[in-house]
Amino acid sequence: MSTILTDIESAVSCRDVVKEFGQGDTRTVALSGVNVDIRPGRMTLLVGPSGCGKTTLISIIAGLLNSTSGTVNVLGRDLSRMSGSELVRFRQKNIGFVFQQYNLLPTLTAAENAAIPLIIGGTPRRKAVATASELLAAVGLEKRLNAFPSQLSGGQQQRVAIARALVHEPRLLVCDEPTAALDAQSGRTVMELLKRVALQADRAVIIVTHDSRVFGFGDQIIHMDDGVVTQVETTRNTAAAPLYEVSHD
Amino acid sequence: MNWLALRMLTGDRGKYLSLIFSVTFATLLMTQQVSIFMGIVKRSASQIIDMRDADLWIMDNKVRFIDEAPYLPPTDLQRVRGVDGVQWAVRFHKSNVNARLEDGNFRTVLLMGLDDTTLVGAPREMIAGNVADLRRPDAVIIDKAGYEYMWPRQPYRIGREFQILDRRAVLVGVCKASAPFTTLPILYARFSQAERYQAGQRNVMNYILAKPEPGRDPLEVCRNIEQRTGLMALTQDGFFWKTIDYFLGSTGIPINFGITIALGFIVGVAVAGQTFYLFTLENLKQFGALKAMGVTNLRLIGMILLQATVVGVTGYALGLGMTAAFFTYTNRITHLAGLHMTWLAAGGVGVAVLLIILITSIVSLRKVLVLEPAVVFRG
Ligand SMILES: Nc1ncnc2c1ncn2[C@@H]1O[C@H](COP(=O)(O)OP(=O)(O)O)[C@@H](O)[C@H]1O
Ligand SMILES: [Mg+2]
Repeated sequence: MSTILTDIESAVSCRDVVKEFGQGDTRTVALSGVNVDIRPGRMTLLVGPSGCGKTTLISIIAGLLNSTSGTVNVLGRDLSRMSGSELVRFRQKNIGFVFQQYNLLPTLTAAENAAIPLIIGGTPRRKAVATASELLAAVGLEKRLNAFPSQLSGGQQQRVAIARALVHEPRLLVCDEPTAALDAQSGRTVMELLKRVALQADRAVIIVTHDSRVFGFGDQIIHMDDGVVTQVETTRNTAAAPLYEVSHD
Repeated sequence: MNWLALRMLTGDRGKYLSLIFSVTFATLLMTQQVSIFMGIVKRSASQIIDMRDADLWIMDNKVRFIDEAPYLPPTDLQRVRGVDGVQWAVRFHKSNVNARLEDGNFRTVLLMGLDDTTLVGAPREMIAGNVADLRRPDAVIIDKAGYEYMWPRQPYRIGREFQILDRRAVLVGVCKASAPFTTLPILYARFSQAERYQAGQRNVMNYILAKPEPGRDPLEVCRNIEQRTGLMALTQDGFFWKTIDYFLGSTGIPINFGITIALGFIVGVAVAGQTFYLFTLENLKQFGALKAMGVTNLRLIGMILLQATVVGVTGYALGLGMTAAFFTYTNRITHLAGLHMTWLAAGGVGVAVLLIILITSIVSLRKVLVLEPAVVFRG
């Protein structure tokens, strides 16, 4: 267990992580002893049937949820030893989020939405929006900077969300079912973007999915079932991000 | 983050406007009702306010308010004049009488009988005619609202005649006067004339109006008068509040207005609160996302308070503006003339709006603060 803290190879390292919800009759064990190591420079897919605990696990890894027991080490920090406000600051600095439902602010433009993490971090708004606009260009939305979420397709909104997740250059990106609400083509585009734009040598990318169409994008695939990890597949072992054609819609 | 809070708030024009409107409406309702209430209560003491010549009112010591004063023996006037510190004292009559118009209709009017020689208590502002003409035989002056009530839609006609208890009354002027609570016409006449309108009754003095000598403390002079005569002596201010207090304590008016004002407050809390709460609920996922992305609870509190403050201040300002506009417009209507927005009402309602905003924010904040950031990953 003590090796975890010194294992700089791992961006995320979970040991015997248990998560229970509720008490008594309503008690649910969502995770019953999970062990995983996630390295930077790779695209890690977390796959498994619905209800097996994928969301619970990445919520714990992202510092949104406390584990019931076990050790969670993220970017060299033991999350269980951090106070609530430390966790908030840790998330703000180090973690990027992509949600299934995008969760963009409807009254903000694409560029403003993508700039939010920088603004939260204290970057002046103008500068933040400028940086966000560059990232939007990188995800192929340079012509939609001033569009509101309602004026964008689902795939475009998710690309805004990806720009938002990366704008503050976090070292860990967590995505929960980023393609579940999208059609096949948009889903592919999103995955390609994540691979091309998000993946960097010093950044770990974790994508929760039960969409088998995107399994091929993973460098490492962690299979879960009923609260435990059942299998870890490593498909590639390179830290370098390969180049993909990005299709624009 | 302030920028973000404001963009979230104002981004949806429709919801933003309905939020503001709810506060505006509550403000309008409350300020208007409080102002009218204050104006109407004040009307119960209109004739006291209108008395500019005399500072002291002397009456039977059992009097509770201005409309309830028994006649005093004429000797009381001499006794008051003899009290140390009294510069002068004159008699004054006030009663309700029936006037019979040219067409045979009756109207109850408020009769004010003024000391024949000094005319203390005579109207100050004439619209038609002349105060001095009050000295002519059977002369009376009527207030503007009273004229319009007795002879609707007729031009001011000086010299027109009517009857009070079979006695002739000749109109010599129309004046301005503060509306009495009963909105009865106010008729000014000489004291001796007023006596004639009382079915032969004599000694119809129910008030003595007096002025303290210059440099004397009016309250001290009042005490002197009370000690020497056994009558009640009040300053204008003292009589004003005595009448108001009686009125507040003995009529259903405060309760009725209180209910309307409370309703305004409840509507304000309910509508503004509900709208703001729904606004927060609709943005709950966004607030959750912000929490996940590292916005602290403290900052969220700041954001929501800022949003609530903007809504409150804007809605309140618009509400006050609309109330002022309401009174400006209705001042042309005789029955509402003299009513205006009072600063006390504006201030009190300001406090009420602050409360509305606070209650509303707290309800919304609770929802946002207990929100688990992990909900962002839940469908
Ligand atoms: N907040 C919660 N309260 C109670 N039970 C929960 C909660 N969140 C998740 N669960 C339960 O934990 C299990 C795992 O859920 P989840 O992590 O969402 O699965 P997945 O993302 O793989 O579909 C499920 O049985 C779910 O009902
Ligand atoms: Mg899930």
